[in-house]
Amino acid sequence: MSVLEVVVRALSVLAAFLVLPLLVGQTEHKVMAHMQGRLGPMYAGGYHGWAQLVADGVKFVQKEDITPRAADRWVFRLAPAVALIPYLVALATIPIAPGVAAIDVPASVVLVLAATSVGALGTLMAGWASANKYALLGGLRAAAQLVSYELPIVLAVASMALAGGSLSLLTLTDRWSPWWMLWQLPGAVVFLVAAVAELQRPPFDMPVADAELVMGAWTEYTGLRFAFFLLAEYAGIVVMSLLFATLWLGGWHGPFEDTLGWLWTLLKGFVVAVVVIWVRVAWPRLREDQLQRLAWLWLVPLALLQLMLTGVGVVLGW
Amino acid sequence: MVSRKGSGLPGILKGLVTTARTALRPTHTAEYPDVAPDLPPRSRGVIALLEENCTSCMLCARECPDWCIYIDSHKETIPATTEGGRERQRNVLDRFAIDFSLCMYCGICIEVCPFDALHWSPQFEYAEVDILDLLHEKDRLGGWMATVPPPPALDERAAEPAEIAASNKPARGTGLVGAGGAGAGGGGAAGGTGARMPRTVRPRPAGAGPAPTTPPATDPTASTDPTAPVAPDDTGTVPPPAKEPLTGTPESVPDDTSPTPPPADEAT
Repeated sequence: MSVLEVVVRALSVLAAFLVLPLLVGQTEHKVMAHMQGRLGPMYAGGYHGWAQLVADGVKFVQKEDITPRAADRWVFRLAPAVALIPYLVALATIPIAPGVAAIDVPASVVLVLAATSVGALGTLMAGWASANKYALLGGLRAAAQLVSYELPIVLAVASMALAGGSLSLLTLTDRWSPWWMLWQLPGAVVFLVAAVAELQRPPFDMPVADAELVMGAWTEYTGLRFAFFLLAEYAGIVVMSLLFATLWLGGWHGPFEDTLGWLWTLLKGFVVAVVVIWVRVAWPRLREDQLQRLAWLWLVPLALLQLMLTGVGVVLGW
Repeated sequence: MVSRKGSGLPGILKGLVTTARTALRPTHTAEYPDVAPDLPPRSRGVIALLEENCTSCMLCARECPDWCIYIDSHKETIPATTEGGRERQRNVLDRFAIDFSLCMYCGICIEVCPFDALHWSPQFEYAEVDILDLLHEKDRLGGWMATVPPPPALDERAAEPAEIAASNKPARGTGLVGAGGAGAGGGGAAGGTGARMPRTVRPRPAGAGPAPTTPPATDPTASTDPTAPVAPDDTGTVPPPAKEPLTGTPESVPDDTSPTPPPADEAT
């Protein structure tokens, strides 16, 4: 791999990392608005407010960057980066077209899962370092949520790895067959629910429940650092949606996959992202105990069941 | 647990269905500055002034609950039109202003105006930065007259408007005599014409003999009575075709009953 190729790959991943979350964010603005009988942004950029998030970014840049006096300065300032950058790493490993991923590491499944978990750590850091009761409570809730929902995610992905007989996302997607959509359906549901919870998106947004905790771990953040947290949230949606699309929906598999494979991956990921948005609009927030109960009494057993089913399938040679 | 999940599931799906259905329907957003709102026809936006109708009678200013109408006027003397006639005086409106920072849009001034000088206009875009700029003089108020919609059509079987009913009604006092002439002669001929016969016939009690024999519409124009100018106006305005029998027939009944005393008066 030449230096030029490395640079091109890195830049394209960065470009995708900066564009796709905004695309999801704009979609959320519009889809949520129409689901509530509104129009959403209509002015920024002229045509149906397409530049709304660009305008938001400009606004965030102009705001004052405040660090509370009692805050743990370095941790406080580092937290947005810790929340944001892991998703960049995770995005780089996701296969986009047949045999094409920005970085092809042997155990990319493990890398993706590790990276997304680190991302959730950023919220915990922010909550701890803010020297704010609301932020601390939000951070602790985020930590509890992370512990609860990391397990079902890992189990669901492990089931896929077992079925495909590999830890590489490229190989897994390559071996994918439509039959898996039925075989791995319980795992898919578990992953989707747990991914939404891990992203702290509604209905699992207890850590940032604005009625109780102002903005949870992000309460003390302003300006660009706050924008980074928001970007991390939407980058997380992108990563989780693309991960779901590649593992359970077959990624690039589709008509003309040699030429249009990338389009299929993005389209499937977009559909998953829309579902994540849809769920946010439609459902109310889960209480903290309901949230834990769902994880431990439903998702973990279901994921274990899926793992058993996959094991049986693999042994029988399905 | 299974039953609990089972009972929760439909609600969860219902939420998804509801949001999806709303997303597919037209939105409720009113894009106001770009798209003008569709207001009801008699919206109370602003009060417009038709200056020509105003007589400076001050009724509106006195009835206004928060005294937001300011009127200044003076009297002008109009020279007599005929030689040796009396000079007349009329009010000239100098200032008519409504302070919309005080106005509570009750519409009492519009209701109370006897000359229809004030009207509701649906125009509402007259916000100002300074509250003092909300005091609008008669030029501005008059400018809003262009936005006043025409009055709504009457209901199908509504009574006729008070102005028309008043102009159709026979004048007081002399009506008895006139109606007597008509009732005695040809009152029973046609109910429709019976209603306006008294006026045309009334002025000539002396020539009561020939009057009933000729049709009343042509009669006043032919004759050179002093009241002849009045009569054609009456006959001209009254006959809207289909309505006439409806309004005419009930009125012809009192005309028929009242006539009976007048002939006696005439006889005496």
